[in-house]
Amino acid sequence: MTSDVKTFSLPARVLHWLMAIMILAMLFIGVGMVASVSERHDWLLRIHKPLGIAILILAVVRLAVRLRHPPPALPADLPAVQKLAAHASHWLLYILMLAMPLIGWAMLSAGGYPVMLSDSLRLPPIFPTSPVAFAVLRHMHGWFAMLLFLTFLAHMGAALYHGLIRRDGVLSSMVRGEKKAEMIEPVEVSESVTEPDTRP
Amino acid sequence: MHDPSATDTPPKRHLGSWALIAAVVAVTVGTFGYVGGWLAPHRLTPKRIVDQLQDNAGTFAGYRRNHAKGVCVTGYFDSNGHAQAYSSAEVFAAGRTPLVGRFAIPGSNPYAPDSSVPIRSMALRLAQANGQQWRTGMNSMPVFPVSTPQAFYDQLKAQQPDPATGKPDPAKVAAFFAAHPETAAFRAWAKTAKPSASFATENYWSLDAFVFVDSAGKRQAVRWRMVPEATDAGSDVDNSGNPDYLASDLAQRLSQGPLRWHLLVTLAQAGDPTNDATREWPADRPTIDAGTLVLEHTEPQESGPCRDINYDPLVLPDGIEASDDPLLPARSAAYADSYLRRTSEEAHLPGTAVAQPKPEAK
Ligand code: HEM
Ligand code: HEM
Repeated sequence: MTSDVKTFSLPARVLHWLMAIMILAMLFIGVGMVASVSERHDWLLRIHKPLGIAILILAVVRLAVRLRHPPPALPADLPAVQKLAAHASHWLLYILMLAMPLIGWAMLSAGGYPVMLSDSLRLPPIFPTSPVAFAVLRHMHGWFAMLLFLTFLAHMGAALYHGLIRRDGVLSSMVRGEKKAEMIEPVEVSESVTEPDTRP
Repeated sequence: MHDPSATDTPPKRHLGSWALIAAVVAVTVGTFGYVGGWLAPHRLTPKRIVDQLQDNAGTFAGYRRNHAKGVCVTGYFDSNGHAQAYSSAEVFAAGRTPLVGRFAIPGSNPYAPDSSVPIRSMALRLAQANGQQWRTGMNSMPVFPVSTPQAFYDQLKAQQPDPATGKPDPAKVAAFFAAHPETAAFRAWAKTAKPSASFATENYWSLDAFVFVDSAGKRQAVRWRMVPEATDAGSDVDNSGNPDYLASDLAQRLSQGPLRWHLLVTLAQAGDPTNDATREWPADRPTIDAGTLVLEHTEPQESGPCRDINYDPLVLPDGIEASDDPLLPARSAAYADSYLRRTSEEAHLPGTAVAQPKPEAK
């Protein structure tokens, strides 16, 4: 599902960075609120639910964008293990960004809570009330969040590795547009091939 | 098309970059650990409060970690429309709202005798037709002992039974009260309070303040209370020997007909404390009778419809909001933690406490 383009499309890049901020914020909001008995617990939860549902909607849009605009191929010389790790972690990220909000919504439904996104906006339940299902889903919400955080760390580490160490244009394909990247990338690449010893 | 030096030269070549990557990851993990409380062991968390409740009374799988002993009730709230001038919540429009409630006594032991504490509690979940809910938990005293979650936790710690005697250390309890003069009003009440013979004859106070919001967005700080129609001294049945007399009395009364309370809403005036449940508001504050609570049936909590409800006081309909009372978010957070523990036990998830049979009466 890759193409011969060099960079991600503009909608893909906008969605990527917007959702990166939102998802990272959600992880911090989530662990912060459940570890607090102060008024933080209440106002963070009021942000957590609508922001989580916004992520669900954007994740669906993002998958559609990805199908329409396939991402650039990974560098041809990237070792097979790293390619596999890259693809697997990207799919894991997609699965988790869809699953986390769905689990959050389903667990509140199973717990018999009204799923309120604001003082008056209520989502319908998507799961029958059941204490057993609530408990299982609530624990899944916590464990999947940890998995999402670890996947994010690996993803961020890999992006920096591509950008700082391999300097292979992978990071810039998500940062810059096609035109700019085309101008800059060959320079970067040739630079790294011709004078590998001058950099600190 | 990548930098060959990454693989062809010794890693020393990229030491700076590797260090930078490691630092970014480490800072992210550290911040996450701090925000999540793992690296901030002194922060008061819901988990620490609920652990302390368990330390004081033991762990009873499947039961609430506080107000563990109770019974389910069902009925409806019959609004007379009077509170509509202050709150746009659907429950206050004239008419009926169905509810599932629970009477209980405080404490974490579901087998404690009813005479062990002078306090009784009433919790309600009112289900509006528009899908929104109003959940409230009320206690049968006019003031709460403490005004902050930290003080609540410190009180639990002070009252933790000494393993040697099985009783709280009186010196620790005295030290706590000396350090917390705000408990005076509650202690004065507790001195004269006797465990009542019936749930039906009690008043139940919201204690925490809330905010009513009318359809124009005008806000009014309130507290509410349920005032019983039944005022007799209690059943004439001899209760000695029956540690569960409250449930028996309730079932007996309901077999003769519904029980009623009036919902009285007190309107705060400027300057009345909304963040301090240890202080009553002056007695002359205007009060509206918002309607009648009618309870019709009771069921044991082990099989009744209240078992799997978390009476989180911050599940509120449009038209009722939390005040700045610091007990409210703490209750919401601690009840959620307690609810997860007991539902996990119901689900028999690995690592959760296992249910024990009810001990034989001594
Ligand atoms: C990308 C989406 C989401 C992420 C990353 C996320 C993350 C988290 C995290 C990290 C926690 C703390 C878990 C723990 O430590 O046990 C949490 C708790 C929670 N989340 Fe989410 N969440 C998401 C979406 C949602 C949605 C859509 C809802 C509801 C509509 C929701 C409702 C909750 C609730 C109710 C809690 C527990 C609060 C408590 O127990 O006090 N979450 N979430
Ligand atoms: C920071 C202070 C407080 C803490 C930490 C606390 C903690 C708890 C916990 C853990 C439960 C069990 C919840 C469940 O598993 O569903 C509970 C139940 C209850 N609490 Fe509190 N509580 C606090 C203050 C209050 C106050 C101020 C009131 C009264 C207005 C109150 C009234 C109740 C009632 C009525 C129940 C029983 C609800 C039911 O029947 O299910 N609590 N409390």
